[in-house]
Amino acid sequence: MNKRILIADDEPNIVTLLEFLMQQSGYDIRSASNGEDALRAVSEYHPHLVLLDVMMPLRNGYEVCQTMRESPEFDDVKIIMLTAKGREAEMAKGLASGADAYVTKPFATKELVETVKRLLEP
Amino acid sequence: MLQGWVVVLVSFTYLGLLFAIAYFGDRRADQGRSIIANPYIYALSLAVYATAWTFYGSVGRAASDGIGFLPIYLGPTLVIILWWMILRKIVRISKTNRITSLADFIASRYGKSAALAGLVTVILVLGIVPYISLQLKAVSTSFTILLQYPEVAMPAQRAPETMLQDTAFYVALTLAAFTIAFGTRHLDASERHEGLVAAIAFESVVKLLAFLAVGLFVTFGMYHGFGDLFSRGFDEPAVAPLLSPLEGPAGGYASWVWLTILSMLAVMFLPRQFQVAVIENVDEKHLRTAVWLFPLYMLAINIFVLPIAVGGLMRFPDAAVDGDTFVLTLPMAEKQQALALFAFIGGLSAATGMVIVETIALSTMVCNDLVMPALLRMKRFRLAEHENLSHLLLSIRRYAIVIIILLGYGYFRLAGEAYALVSIGLISFAAVAQFAPAILGGIYWKGATRAGALSGLSAGFVVWAYTLLLPAFARSGWLPEPFLTEGPFGITLLKPLELFGLTGLDQITHAMIWSMLANVGIYVGVSLRGHQSVIEQTQASLFVDIFKQTSELASPWRGTASVGELQGLVARFLGPARAADAFRQYARDRGLKSAEDLNADPGLVRFAEIQLAGAIGASSARVVVSSVVQEEPLGIAEVMNILDEASQVIAYSRQLESKSRELEAATAELRAANERLKELDRMKNDFISTVSHELRTPLTSIRAFSEILHANPGLDREQRSRFLSIIIKESERLTRLIAQVLDLAKIESGQVEWHNSELGMQEVIEDALTATSQLFKEKAVRVATRIEPGVPRINADRDRLMQVMINLLSNAVKFSDKEQGLVQVTLRTLGDTLRVDVHDNGIGISPENHEVIFEKFRQVGDTMTDRPQGTGLGLPICRQIINHYGGALWVESRLGEGATFSFTLPLERASARVSKVAS
Amino acid sequence: MGKHDVNHQHLIALFVLGLVLFNYPLLSLFNVPGTVLGIPVLYLYVFAAWGAVIGLLAWIIE
Repeated sequence: MNKRILIADDEPNIVTLLEFLMQQSGYDIRSASNGEDALRAVSEYHPHLVLLDVMMPLRNGYEVCQTMRESPEFDDVKIIMLTAKGREAEMAKGLASGADAYVTKPFATKELVETVKRLLEP
Repeated sequence: MLQGWVVVLVSFTYLGLLFAIAYFGDRRADQGRSIIANPYIYALSLAVYATAWTFYGSVGRAASDGIGFLPIYLGPTLVIILWWMILRKIVRISKTNRITSLADFIASRYGKSAALAGLVTVILVLGIVPYISLQLKAVSTSFTILLQYPEVAMPAQRAPETMLQDTAFYVALTLAAFTIAFGTRHLDASERHEGLVAAIAFESVVKLLAFLAVGLFVTFGMYHGFGDLFSRGFDEPAVAPLLSPLEGPAGGYASWVWLTILSMLAVMFLPRQFQVAVIENVDEKHLRTAVWLFPLYMLAINIFVLPIAVGGLMRFPDAAVDGDTFVLTLPMAEKQQALALFAFIGGLSAATGMVIVETIALSTMVCNDLVMPALLRMKRFRLAEHENLSHLLLSIRRYAIVIIILLGYGYFRLAGEAYALVSIGLISFAAVAQFAPAILGGIYWKGATRAGALSGLSAGFVVWAYTLLLPAFARSGWLPEPFLTEGPFGITLLKPLELFGLTGLDQITHAMIWSMLANVGIYVGVSLRGHQSVIEQTQASLFVDIFKQTSELASPWRGTASVGELQGLVARFLGPARAADAFRQYARDRGLKSAEDLNADPGLVRFAEIQLAGAIGASSARVVVSSVVQEEPLGIAEVMNILDEASQVIAYSRQLESKSRELEAATAELRAANERLKELDRMKNDFISTVSHELRTPLTSIRAFSEILHANPGLDREQRSRFLSIIIKESERLTRLIAQVLDLAKIESGQVEWHNSELGMQEVIEDALTATSQLFKEKAVRVATRIEPGVPRINADRDRLMQVMINLLSNAVKFSDKEQGLVQVTLRTLGDTLRVDVHDNGIGISPENHEVIFEKFRQVGDTMTDRPQGTGLGLPICRQIINHYGGALWVESRLGEGATFSFTLPLERASARVSKVAS
Repeated sequence: MGKHDVNHQHLIALFVLGLVLFNYPLLSLFNVPGTVLGIPVLYLYVFAAWGAVIGLLAWIIE
């Protein structure tokens, strides 16, 4: 059975991109376009990993991440933060909120796929 | 026969010598090596008191009254005993308050009253002019007589002269020239004249020697000593009465007493005496020697007065020769050519000394207390705006000198012949005596008021004029004779010489009694009834308590401390070595061997305070010194002084407060500016962060899809074309974004070139609609325009306005209703502005977002749906453009009712601004 | 201040003495005919008193 991945981003083009990459790597996917959707999808879909954009409407990526980490139910869900803000401070903030990896946009597709694989198949 | 030119040459040589001495004295003063800084010069300069009146006139008076001339010199001797108390006080007050003249002194005491200063000056000019005329008369008479040598003839016996033939006129002009040369040589207009004092002291020596020479010649040359002279005199019927006792018990003594009093006052308050004794005083310690040396001088110059008078009366028994001229005519009659010339020079020196000093003192007052106040009050002259008035001051003084001396000459021409020399001098004495109540009262009685001084002085002056000046005029024929003999309008009680029926007194005594009664009575009476203003009180205690204050006025210390404590205190701030040096120097200046001998008197406390003030500032110094000084309980006056000081301190602290408020305000402004800078910095960081985010997002798609396409050549066609179209769109988005960011940055930094030209707004709208017609078609949105006809053309950048219109239209299309899209464009004039509205019928914008949408990168869309397309920079750029033309861009909308974006452009200002930019 | 302070009382006393010496009635005592050493009495008296006052003044103040 394939691992499930939730893609949360408000840019449709990015969602399209991530869907293609994850499907190609053999994962099942679901997508959400804002923070609220993302949290709902997490509880419904129980993904193994979430690709979480930081700048999203309603709830940003940090908030989603924190909310997930506060609940033991999602303890083992891996989280990769995606952000267009490339600063070190942002990265630290992302990791502090409980993310497993932090990827800045624009990224190399190969690296992202490898990061996902490494987190899901230890 | 003495040649006229010899006399003139000798006279001018003598005056030249005087001038050289004065010049030398001034030079030395400038070098700081004063030649007058010793008590002997000071005492000799006081002898300016002995004028031609003494030199010639005493003998004249002795020839008629016997020793009746002596009170004029006994009075000064008596009052000088008290000078160590009175005059030293006046000197101290004058130095402390930088007093420059008698008028200044009186005015300053009574609240710095300009009216009082003016009155004093007027009285002095009127009172002294006859006295000056007396000197001119003496010089010209003696000159005329000397020219007759060896014949002794009185000038009165000769034919009257015209002014141009009048010796006195040339004497006046010469003296005026010399006075100007002596008194107003300095451009700094300083009131002290060291060179002049030196010259005056020299003159005193000359006139004394000349008089003694004549006296010795008469007593021992013509006769065999005093005994011989007097015993022969007793035999002479014309002479004997002079040597007998004073006449009558009442009248004689009254006259004697009043003359004594009169001269006591005159020796202090004659302008020339005040000038040399007070103003020119170098060191008040010189008074110590002067108080006995000056009386000794007077004694010496008077010893031979009676012998000369007796000798003269015996030599010229037929009364053909005026007693006033005996000093000159006796040597002439005895064919003593050199002695006669020396006597003439002595008289000349007595006269010149008086005229020069008196006129300088008067001219200072006329300038400072009459002319300058008037000039300053006259706005027309705008004196206050001049920076350097010294030239003006000197000019005024020079004119004043000339005028005063010419007035003296005029008086001499018109009235001078009416009296013997002594009478004229006494009139001046009586005028000057009017100042005594105001001055003496002023330095000992704090309650004396300005009103009291003004009214007392005025009353005394009026009485003086009525009882002395008017009778003088009457005798000169300026007033009808009955004025004297029957009183004005026949009122006997008002006869000037027998006022209210007071008879049996000589004129001077009579005048002194009435004028002093009026003067003192009104001075005291008005002072007691009135009250003082604050400045009068301050000045009064400043004057009366001058000796209670220490050498420096500023902070009077009353208290005791030990020398060691004071020195230790100073050492703490200046270092032990410097403190020891300072105290040693202070002790040496006071003639002590070492600092151990010092008394910790208020002076030393003040000294310590000054030393400290140099290091830590005056107020701190006072606080520090007060820590070691045991202050004595203060009197009311001191408390008043301190309160005065305190009120100044309060004024300063108010100034400080307002300054610190200003500083606070400035600080607040700076803080605000700093906050604003920080805010701008934060905004810049936010902007960069946002821009970076906005750039990275399309870049992410472009890069990732490119990689996918590159890595998966076998992608199906449909997917590949979809990916490629995303890449293209995101590239376009990126391009647009970069362009707009740059555009905005340029507008904001003012680097945009505005290509203004005249244009019609309706054309711009039509062109923008054409440019966006494809967009409208795609979204099936209708457009309706309502353009008011005749909207004025404006001057603006066409492309920029197009940019605004296209932006607003694209937004309107984007946000108008999905099904029934309608955009309405309106153009009209509204007052002096042009207004464009772009209305859409979309979902509208909630009021809290009306301003947000004009911020950079702040897009407001339906967050539940797709995020709005666009960069988030369109509206901010539009607003910048409209603002540049002085217009406004805003939105009116309610949720669900569509939105109206409106902007205005001022019609006039738009063009005005353009013309400004064009130039 | 190196010298002794001037005694103001002495000065006032001398002033009063001077007033007395040069005024009625003391003056009238010498206001008599006659001569001493050939000099009129009053004349001699006034100058002698004058000189004495000056001498006393110098003595007090210096």
